[in-house]
Amino acid sequence: MSEAAADLRKTALHALHVELGARMVPFAGYDMPVQYPAGILTEHNHTRAKAGLFDVSHMGQARLWGVGADKAIEALVPGNIVGLAPTRIRYTVFTNDKGGILDDLTIGRAADHLSIVVNAACKEADYEHMRRGLPKSMRLEILEDRALLALQGPAAEAVMARFAPDAAKLTFMAFAGMKVAGLDCTVFRSGYTGEDGYEISVANKDAESFARKLLKEPEVMPIGLGARDSLRLEAGLCLYGHDLDTTTTPAEGDLGWTIAKRRREEGGGFPGDKIVLKQLADGPPRIRVGIKPDGRAPAREGTVVLAAQGPNAGKEIGKITSGGFGPTANGPVAMGYVTKGNNAVGTPLGLVVRGTTLGAKVASLPFVPHRYKKA
Amino acid sequence: MAERRFTKDHEWIELNGAIATVGITNYAQEQLGDVVFVDLPPAGKKITKGGEAAVVESVKAASEVYSPVTGEVVESNADLAKNPALANTAAEAGGWFVKIKVADPKELSALMDAAAYKKFVDGLH
Repeated sequence: MSEAAADLRKTALHALHVELGARMVPFAGYDMPVQYPAGILTEHNHTRAKAGLFDVSHMGQARLWGVGADKAIEALVPGNIVGLAPTRIRYTVFTNDKGGILDDLTIGRAADHLSIVVNAACKEADYEHMRRGLPKSMRLEILEDRALLALQGPAAEAVMARFAPDAAKLTFMAFAGMKVAGLDCTVFRSGYTGEDGYEISVANKDAESFARKLLKEPEVMPIGLGARDSLRLEAGLCLYGHDLDTTTTPAEGDLGWTIAKRRREEGGGFPGDKIVLKQLADGPPRIRVGIKPDGRAPAREGTVVLAAQGPNAGKEIGKITSGGFGPTANGPVAMGYVTKGNNAVGTPLGLVVRGTTLGAKVASLPFVPHRYKKA
Repeated sequence: MAERRFTKDHEWIELNGAIATVGITNYAQEQLGDVVFVDLPPAGKKITKGGEAAVVESVKAASEVYSPVTGEVVESNADLAKNPALANTAAEAGGWFVKIKVADPKELSALMDAAAYKKFVDGLH
């Protein structure tokens, strides 16, 4: 992607990133920190050991207002939003009429609206998709004036409790509006690292001073997109545009768990429902799996996956969609798609890396156990 | 002490007799970030000037290391293969990649000396 620096958008923390010595790169139309001087390995390990602060303000924050918004948005997603309890957040996807994934997102139920967070690269399209697909009685409010900070890691709760004692009471995938360091924030107990932690929505005008307060805490260090990617990959979490896109269905993406029982029993009622429900019943033609290379060489996105046994040995059966080095896993880790029948954990695979076929195996996800605060 | 030469692709090369040691520069390792894997050629492999001599992988991405000269690999750095972080911590010393039996030592004279390389790198900012 060639994005002229002048055209890139800046988050409310841009000046702080530069001041902290971040290496800035274009990402989803924003000028974002890929790493700070500590480097990706240190940032990754620090997040797993203590707490990392991420700027995720590029993501789209919105609210959906209107009577029956929960029922209405079910026309666009396969999740059970009607059954979502107050203060709870759910991970779901927008599908197209072929069952392909337009974006992955979270929906939370507040007292009088739904709280929606979507990916940066898709946000304008998502907003348009909702405006078109929802009744005119629904009002989509885009929170352009708010930043989103993620504080992730085992020390996140202790750090947050110093600024907002009520934050400790939230469990994984719950959220609430609360004062944090005296500021009006929405605090989500969620994240993209596999660790316990928070995502905090704060007004743009307060974002930098708030980030500085968090960074003054001894456990907290700033973390860039590089470590964010290695952390989420080890956690087995999908990156939209890589592991999921319009050519992959929720069944293929191994996201069957996001398709609620009630929605299945009702025959779907979301775009592409017939295709997706049939795939869930019969098994999809290909499915996303974890892939663990046998050696030390990372296999990157786009790497061709070969069958390593049986009558199809040596034949292409899939591709890696995310691959790299997992610092906590202490070795290469990857995710990708393989055809039906090749997805059992332990199935030997071949990976074509620079013309050489390297051994690998289907691995269970996540590579590093999740440490969410479930109760 | 043999003189070091440098390429625009940020490799360094130092000739001792007929054998040249090749590595990546400190500037290169800073740009790459944490190196987690190196793919080194076996001894005996023929390589050509500007051709791929090795691959270096950071957490983020894989990058090629190009040979500054034509020749034959006589040794790869086993310490670097075991501990790829040497490419970061000792890029221009113990983190060398390969030793090459150089076909034509005159190829080195076309490369930048330390002062020219410093000027080249300063111009990249």
